[in-house]
Amino acid sequence: MNFTLKVWRQANAKSAGRLETYAAKEIPSDASFLEMIDIVNDHLEADGKEPIAFAHDCREGICGSCSMMIDGVAHGPVKGAATCQVHMRSFKDGQVITIEPWRSVAFPVLKDLVTDRSAFDRIIQAGGYISAPTGGARDANEILVAKSDSDSAMDAAACIGCGACVAACPNGSASLFTGAKIAHLARLPQGQPERYKRVELMVAQMDDEHFGHCTLYGECQAACPKQISIDVIGLMNRDYIVAMATKTPDMAGASGHG
Amino acid sequence: MNMLLTFWRSTIGKKVVMGVTGLIGLGFVIGHMAGNLQAFSGAEKLDAYGALLHGPLHELLLIARVVLIAAVILHITAAYQLTMISRAARPVDYAGRKPQVSTLASKTLKWGGVLLLVFIVFHILHFTIGTVHPDFVDGKVYRNLATGFEVKWVAAFYLVAMIALGMHLYHGAWSSMRTLGLARQSAHPLKRYLPVALAIVISLGFAVIPLAFLLGVLR
Ligand code: HEM
Ligand code: FES
Repeated sequence: MNFTLKVWRQANAKSAGRLETYAAKEIPSDASFLEMIDIVNDHLEADGKEPIAFAHDCREGICGSCSMMIDGVAHGPVKGAATCQVHMRSFKDGQVITIEPWRSVAFPVLKDLVTDRSAFDRIIQAGGYISAPTGGARDANEILVAKSDSDSAMDAAACIGCGACVAACPNGSASLFTGAKIAHLARLPQGQPERYKRVELMVAQMDDEHFGHCTLYGECQAACPKQISIDVIGLMNRDYIVAMATKTPDMAGASGHG
Repeated sequence: MNMLLTFWRSTIGKKVVMGVTGLIGLGFVIGHMAGNLQAFSGAEKLDAYGALLHGPLHELLLIARVVLIAAVILHITAAYQLTMISRAARPVDYAGRKPQVSTLASKTLKWGGVLLLVFIVFHILHFTIGTVHPDFVDGKVYRNLATGFEVKWVAAFYLVAMIALGMHLYHGAWSSMRTLGLARQSAHPLKRYLPVALAIVISLGFAVIPLAFLLGVLR
């Protein structure tokens, strides 16, 4: 298959970028989208040109590195798939494909298609953890978890932190990501001790990173390679309201609460 | 006080304020629509209803007005600030972003909201204060409707505004439940049934009045 690529090229975080046009020739239809770029890069390197920089690691949809906007759609045309799980057979022969990095003030472009998503790490650091006592491992069934709770917690925990939700959101909101991280702990007994402190801290960090707000367009859910539901946003908001309503001024420190 | 400030400063807090004030607006428009529909029972009935609100119930009317004005101001302030925050969240835009599931209602929420604001101001000057009405007579509610809607573009503006209201509520009545964390978990969270019915009933319930005068059903 043959394609014409329009790819965002940007030398570094400070320089201006632009869309460059490349021919992707003789691409096998069962090549993944990343393999297609690999082939184009081989040709670029053979010609002594700078290859297209893109982030990738697992190439099986679990690490969340391979973030790119493909023809205006985060992770491209396949529902519930990361870019690395999209194959060229999903495109038409001869198609012009535009490839851009995530666009968010919180995700600065480092080079070409590579963005810095450490804003997500800082949201997790703010409260996306539980405190557990050290010592011997506890009995596996000591804390009982209802099947429905563990299922919905696992649905939220499927988040790979790729940033597609932010990228696809007209507002550049990180509500689906933050909501998923909050929900997967809030739906389990282990997450309860710090539940309301957690939502307070993580939401504050999310805002500090200058992500936008949630209008409930639903674009995040449609873009998510793990198809995480906007239900997690409702849970986050409810817990945030409870956290604010029950907060007492002397508990302003980082200690657990709730 | 501190918490209230933290809450208001957060994007979720502002959005919750929008949801609550929007629902106050929804409650009001349902009541207002029901009141208006008395026009179909004749001039005496409608004028008597107006007299009731301005006479025995005038304290209630005053409270409602204060609450509604506060709600509108908060709603608009939050809408404006959130719009600015989110605009700043994407300083470099895409060459092309293709929305997958956004509804027309969600895409037009902001400009539809601006239209509603213009409408609300016009509407108050038109039927409450009477300054932009061609021939306003205090207390003659039905007569003011009839003469007011003789101006064709005014009647048309009312119809357009009611389409905007219906769209605003098609999104808002649904999204506010999620903003406030009241919606139940759902396998299809974007599906909505009650908000469709609400939007249609409310926008039609208001629109039938100018339509009836335009078509000569009421005169
Ligand atoms: C006065 C002019 C108005 C403006 C400028 C306005 C603007 C907006 C905007 C921009 C949003 C979307 C917020 C977002 O981006 O998430 C919104 C949501 C909403 N609006 Fe309005 N609006 C107005 C009037 C009204 C009226 C009259 C009603 C009720 C009858 C109403 C009910 C709602 C509701 C229920 C929501 C959803 C809030 C949520 O999702 O929590 N609005 N409005
Ligand atoms: S490379 Fe790991 S998710 Fe695509």
